[in-house]
Amino acid sequence: MGNVAIKADALVKWFGEGETKTTAVKSASFEANFGELLYIVGPSGSGKTTLLSMISGILKPNEGAVLVEGKNLWQMKSDDIADLRLHKIGFVFQDYHLFPRLTTVENVAIPLILKKMDWNEAIKVALEYLEIVGLKDRAQLQPVKLSGGEQQRVAIARAIAGHPDILIFDEPTASLDGDTGRKIVDFIKTKILNPQRCVIIVTHDSRIYEFADSIMKMEDGKIIGFERNTLHVA
Amino acid sequence: MSGILKIALKLLVNDKSKFIALLVGITFAVFLMIMMMSMFSGILARSSSSVYNIGAKIWVMDPAVNNATSSIPMPDYVLSNARSIHGVKFAVPVYFGNALVKLKSGAYQAVSVVGLDDATLYGRPELIEGKIEDIYAESAFIVVKDSEFKKLESPTIGTEFEINDHRGLVVGLAKVTSGGLFGIPTVYTTYNRAITYIPSMRFTTSYILIEPKSEADIPFIQQQINKLGYQALTRDQFVRKISDFYTYQTGMGMNVLMMTAISFIVGLSISGQTFYTFILENLERFGALKAIGAKGHELITMILFQASFTALLGYGLGVGLASGLMILAKLRLPSYAAQVTYYNLTFAFIMVLIMAGVSSYIGVRKVLQIQPFDIFRG
Ligand SMILES: Nc1ncnc2c1ncn2[C@@H]1O[C@H](COP(=O)(O)OP(=O)(O)OP(=O)(O)O)[C@@H](O)[C@H]1O
Ligand SMILES: [Mg+2]
Repeated sequence: MGNVAIKADALVKWFGEGETKTTAVKSASFEANFGELLYIVGPSGSGKTTLLSMISGILKPNEGAVLVEGKNLWQMKSDDIADLRLHKIGFVFQDYHLFPRLTTVENVAIPLILKKMDWNEAIKVALEYLEIVGLKDRAQLQPVKLSGGEQQRVAIARAIAGHPDILIFDEPTASLDGDTGRKIVDFIKTKILNPQRCVIIVTHDSRIYEFADSIMKMEDGKIIGFERNTLHVA
Repeated sequence: MSGILKIALKLLVNDKSKFIALLVGITFAVFLMIMMMSMFSGILARSSSSVYNIGAKIWVMDPAVNNATSSIPMPDYVLSNARSIHGVKFAVPVYFGNALVKLKSGAYQAVSVVGLDDATLYGRPELIEGKIEDIYAESAFIVVKDSEFKKLESPTIGTEFEINDHRGLVVGLAKVTSGGLFGIPTVYTTYNRAITYIPSMRFTTSYILIEPKSEADIPFIQQQINKLGYQALTRDQFVRKISDFYTYQTGMGMNVLMMTAISFIVGLSISGQTFYTFILENLERFGALKAIGAKGHELITMILFQASFTALLGYGLGVGLASGLMILAKLRLPSYAAQVTYYNLTFAFIMVLIMAGVSSYIGVRKVLQIQPFDIFRG
């Protein structure tokens, strides 16, 4: 199926040994398709971030496999996994992780620079992405001078600047007020998502459920529900 | 410059307070190390000034001599024996001593007196004014025009003075290649006048200067002199002996070594500590870069670049500061001895590289350990 962006197959992840061993993800399997906006929801500690990290090449699972566009992720060498992250996957971290010592536009240019694009060229392209998120006039400011919602948009611009096929957001609206959160997700849905892209959003935030194409529910490390093309999940 | 290096530079330089602290640490350490070592090199170079100024190829001396100016006089038979050694082109005595000069103003000034062999004037200085033959005139002295010259109230040809209660007359001004260590003026006269003016013991020859017929004769000459119970050293060997004396037997070398080591440790701990804090504070950024797709070797490159950039800049500042201060000091104190040598510069450079190396090693270890997952979880 050429439409599958990511396939997780019986992923298991535990932390610690003996007495302190906790299994964060217990045999999770699912597929995410191109053109799909997939939500992963569930209570705190249910293993959402752990699952995201395993499918994006950041955390090695103890068991199971991840196929990214058909390639078995965890059988690749670590430098190749890094390359795959750089070229295929874009992240927006929960608390943005912008670089305070760089300007906004330099922040956005980071993935391009890591891709060995020439500095001036990278800044030029980054400006275009800042324009997409409506922050071109903030290009030369330091990120700390921006509001939370603006910083989130900068993080999004950074994530999409590298032209990833797969975009991953961990709680993109957690630290934003309801209105700003909705605006951001609306923006993601209308401007970022396209038939060649897969967007996965982890969230607690029921105010934004209406934008989802699919919603996957997790509890205690297990996937307990997967609904496609629904508008609301109780 | 490649993009990641530019990012590395911006992360470093834009963190002004830490960057300045790093620079100050390294600059300070380099400054101290260069100052200490330059002072020491300067003293060593000056301690051998007479050896350089006389310029003889071979010096014969009592084995107990370890310092050009404190010679131990040798009996005359050494000279006649030296003259008969095969391979000796000529051998002449030279006298080194001290005298007290009474100046026109009535003030007294100690001088060091060099008495040149009457027949050959071997070891004569280059004259700026006057003729060397005038040294044979009655009471004639040649004054060295170096940084101590003023202490003799800047005499000219014809100036008279009293030297150890004898009359002295300036007949020439000389220039020498190397200034002395002890801050007193130097005058030249003939060997015979020197020993009549200056009270001496039974023996009067301070050193015997030998000109060999060829370089190849030197080992044989040295061997023959050894048989007499004396020591024949080439100029370089003599300089080495004097340096070793100052380095190992006066405690000066040990002190300089300790000061240099302390400067190094202080510099290393300031800059290493600051660099470590810098890395800790930026750990999250390095983690984010890793998560985005930076490879391990790229992160290592960034850290090495940050460390060496700071180190080189600090080195430059430290050397600049030390040289600047020495230039200033020399303007005020003409006989200020410190001198910057390539050896000192290289040594300080290596020390700075070690500082950068240790700091980046700690940084690299820390950065390679971080898991982007921990960053990702927030
Ligand atoms: N490095 C770790 N060491 C030990 N336990 C861990 C580690 N990382 C995660 N866990 C545990 O794994 C479980 C799942 O954590 P995870 O962060 O994936 O949850 P989450 O669903 O993302 O929660 P939240 O909504 O609060 O972000 C939790 O019980 C957590 O304590
Ligand atoms: Mg989480």
